[in-house]
Amino acid sequence: MAAINWFKFSSPHSFYPLAGRMMPWFLAASLLLSIVGLYVAFFVAPTDFQQGESYRIIFIHVPAAWMSMFIYLVMAGWAGAGLVFNTRLSGMMARALAPTGAMFTFLALWTGALWGKPTWGTWWVWDARLTSELILLFLYIGFLSLTAAIEDERRADRAGAVLALVGVVNIPIIYFSVVWWNTLHQGASVSLKSAPKMATTMLIGMLLMALAFWMYSIAAALLRVRSIIREREPRAAAEV
Amino acid sequence: MSIWASIVQRDLRIAWRRRSDALSSLFFFVIVVSLFPLGVAPEPSTLRLMASGVLWVAALLATLLSLGRLFAADHLDGTLEQMLLAAEPLWLVVTSKVFAHWLTSGLPLVLLSPLMGLQFGLEGDEIAVLSGALLLGTPVLSLIGSIGAALTVGLRAGSVLLALLVLPLYIPVLVFGAAASGAFASGLTVTPHFSILGALLLASMALAPLATALALRISLE
Repeated sequence: MAAINWFKFSSPHSFYPLAGRMMPWFLAASLLLSIVGLYVAFFVAPTDFQQGESYRIIFIHVPAAWMSMFIYLVMAGWAGAGLVFNTRLSGMMARALAPTGAMFTFLALWTGALWGKPTWGTWWVWDARLTSELILLFLYIGFLSLTAAIEDERRADRAGAVLALVGVVNIPIIYFSVVWWNTLHQGASVSLKSAPKMATTMLIGMLLMALAFWMYSIAAALLRVRSIIREREPRAAAEV
Repeated sequence: MSIWASIVQRDLRIAWRRRSDALSSLFFFVIVVSLFPLGVAPEPSTLRLMASGVLWVAALLATLLSLGRLFAADHLDGTLEQMLLAAEPLWLVVTSKVFAHWLTSGLPLVLLSPLMGLQFGLEGDEIAVLSGALLLGTPVLSLIGSIGAALTVGLRAGSVLLALLVLPLYIPVLVFGAAASGAFASGLTVTPHFSILGALLLASMALAPLATALALRISLE
């Protein structure tokens, strides 16, 4: 049995064309799923009897919040792989993912504020989830500014990788500290935990949108990693 | 072990010869703390309520200011590269530098905090809780901060960047440190808060020097 060479596509040279072939498919899947998901969200899912129509922003908000956390984990995974195997592509992937993750974090906060105003009567509460999402945005900004400030790209990748790993160790600590802080300082003005049972169509709409965001994130990361390869290793990009 | 002691000794001697550097961040702490009563209102009840939070935030910022000194001078004169080449493990060198940094930046804040507590009208026991929490928390600030200092060593605009990297990571220390005073004020036991601060200290003592050593190698390769 021939051993599979797992590292074949870890070289930018062989990954560049692969990324180019995969990217349109992920983009198309993302568009298709968004259209279906938004149709379900706006026309099929029933109106919520408590929140009215304003609840429909959760079809963007919840998937964006999921992606914001998941992308940080994937980014840290790439960062760790880059430090362990010393592969150039891993650092590029981590940096290609970061802007998308930061964008979803911001989107989750923004849509959360838009949802909070009609529902809770306030744009912002110092709820544990909101606060830790805000801190996640700070962590993304730290990663982006550190990698942007270092001119040597390899050093930037590796320094960013250390920061991403330190961040990933800290995320659970930060989350629990914020939960504790929240329970100490204010009564549970808002509880997201006891969410009422969702209608099936609402759940389907949300899952479709989550899948659409997944596909979008992959497509965006592939596109961005191709740009990074072109910028840093024009030869790898030119030969194909 | 001898290199550990000699680096601590050397850094303390350097800090003593550049006394004004350490003193400036100490005065920064005093000034920031004194600004809050001016900005809010000198009501004794309000001041007592916010004393621990203000002191902790000021301690975070003062530590941040002093972090730039941790590796910058050694980087400029080439000492840092010698430390990387030394036979002793780099994390050991890092722990001694961080310890010396805490002695010259964190410990003075702890010693000064009772005085600032009096300014905010705290009682004896409350001051003991606040200073005790700072005593456990400020070494964590130096340890976590050393990672950021190592990542930004030799960078343009390193100090602003350092704030962006390090301040989010300081949040747990801030939360549990300030909460200890809050718990004491509402008549609860402070043991859990001190235990968690101690746990944060032990965990950062074990992990931060390794991350800092890795970051230094990356920054200087």
